[in-house]
Amino acid sequence: MVRRATPALRRAMSHVLLGAAAAVLILPVWFALVASTYNGADFLGGRVGMWFGQHGVATYQAVITGHGTIAMALPNIGQALITSTIMAVLITVGKIAISLPSAFAVTYFEFPLRGLWFALIFLTLLLPIEVRIVPTFQVAANFHLLNSFTGLTLPLIASATATFLFRQTFLSIPEELTEAARLDGASPLQFFVDIVIPMSRTSIAALTVILFIYGWNQYLWPLLITTKTSWSTIVMVIGRLSQTAAEGDPVWNYTMATALLALVPPVFVVVAMQRLFVRGLTETEK
Amino acid sequence: MLAKRVTFRRTGLPLALLAPQLAVTGVFFLWPTFVALKQSLYRSDAFGLREVFSGWDNYRALLFHSNYLATLERSAFFASSVTILSLVVGLVLAVIADSLGRSGRIWQALLVWPYALAPAVAGVLWAYMFDPAIGPVTHALAHVGMEWNHVLNSGQAMGLIVMAAAMKQVAYNFLFYLAALQAIPKSLMEAAALDAAGPLRRFFSLIIPLIAPTTLFLLVVDLTYAFFDTFGLIDSTTYGGPGNSTTIMVYQVYKDGFIDQRFGPAAAQSMMLLLLVGLLTLVQFALVERRIDY
Repeated sequence: MVRRATPALRRAMSHVLLGAAAAVLILPVWFALVASTYNGADFLGGRVGMWFGQHGVATYQAVITGHGTIAMALPNIGQALITSTIMAVLITVGKIAISLPSAFAVTYFEFPLRGLWFALIFLTLLLPIEVRIVPTFQVAANFHLLNSFTGLTLPLIASATATFLFRQTFLSIPEELTEAARLDGASPLQFFVDIVIPMSRTSIAALTVILFIYGWNQYLWPLLITTKTSWSTIVMVIGRLSQTAAEGDPVWNYTMATALLALVPPVFVVVAMQRLFVRGLTETEK
Repeated sequence: MLAKRVTFRRTGLPLALLAPQLAVTGVFFLWPTFVALKQSLYRSDAFGLREVFSGWDNYRALLFHSNYLATLERSAFFASSVTILSLVVGLVLAVIADSLGRSGRIWQALLVWPYALAPAVAGVLWAYMFDPAIGPVTHALAHVGMEWNHVLNSGQAMGLIVMAAAMKQVAYNFLFYLAALQAIPKSLMEAAALDAAGPLRRFFSLIIPLIAPTTLFLLVVDLTYAFFDTFGLIDSTTYGGPGNSTTIMVYQVYKDGFIDQRFGPAAAQSMMLLLLVGLLTLVQFALVERRIDY
């Protein structure tokens, strides 16, 4: 075996190298954590070091409640966290809820223009929001979707990727089950609910992980569709905070605390559900 | 195979099942794209009162009488830098992890988590580390005699966003390369070792060609990410500056169309972006077809 022949020293070296890479990746988070435990005066006075300061509790209290912060109007991050959570969940559920039936339709039915409808869904792959930013905003504004959960989520829930993935999953369900269901006199919808969906649950779970991260991390669309601070999502607030910090206001502590609160939920999902995450990632990118 | 051999013959039901997806697609994807196409062929008259058909004028102005070509070049430089950096680092880490066999698995979570970072979050973390006034890395660099100020130095600004953008794709590439490496039959590697091929020789003449399909696939994914998903990263680090030195295509279309409300030029840019996504998607699909042959 090639593998067993690797000397112990080289194995140790390999572990050290991977550990160093992991440390480099975690370093920005460490600095952020440290920065969030100082106050504005510490930043101005150059007292921020490599180890924690005294003001951690105060920083997070100020950030989450939106009270007790200095002159700048800090958006209420506690509220932004709730908005982000609802948005991410609605996008995830919405994408799955409209993609399961459409995949079922194109896989299990013969009907006029099937190929055309399928191609139209496929077209969305070519049209990320960045490509049609102004007119999409105009359409959403005409429908009075500004500052609403409908506006934050509905325009994003069309999903060619989810439709393809579910179609792929459905194709692997044995034909005999369809025939048996037919012989038993089950309607297509009964077959869909009682057999197809339960047999796709692993794919659904894997996709849920990926879609939650996708939904949580939205930036450009929430920035366009919300005009009131009370509708801010936590990720889009970061752009504003970082600008304030870069302009010289000593708000790096609040900015870093916000960044950490914004990264914890999706990172937790990846780490806690690693198996599903890897599966979702490899399945959606085929 | 598009569908099942055993199918249901209905018309109303499948259309009803498709309706929500098609409605969202039509209203929020296809219609706005059509509007963008139309806007790209019109311009506002001198008083801004009505739209006048102007043919290719917006495109001509964009390509020949504006700084858009510089933006294209900058975007290409940014995207290829991010792609190369994250491919190389991802591959090196994957090779090391693979050489450890099962015990390399323990590092997976610690190397893959950055995938979950929103580009804006990654950006602001790096912006703090390298902040010209108080960044801890800036201080460390000053100790070794290097002056860092990405607010003034456009090369450093580009360097900053490349590094911050690569962080996420390193995680992604690592994962896919590790899977590709683990799929290489062990007998192949043993045969090469018996032929006395050293580790470097094995790497370049055996591993690199065997994982070429994965590399091609990741190349397209990384480029797409760097071109289109990095708006939040720019908007939390350099805001396109200093000057225009980090204004990439998606940032410019936002500035022109949304901030400055110049709809014609923005719509023409949208069409350029559409061409680019189309091209990348075509290549990706061609690759998927080929991947099946391997």
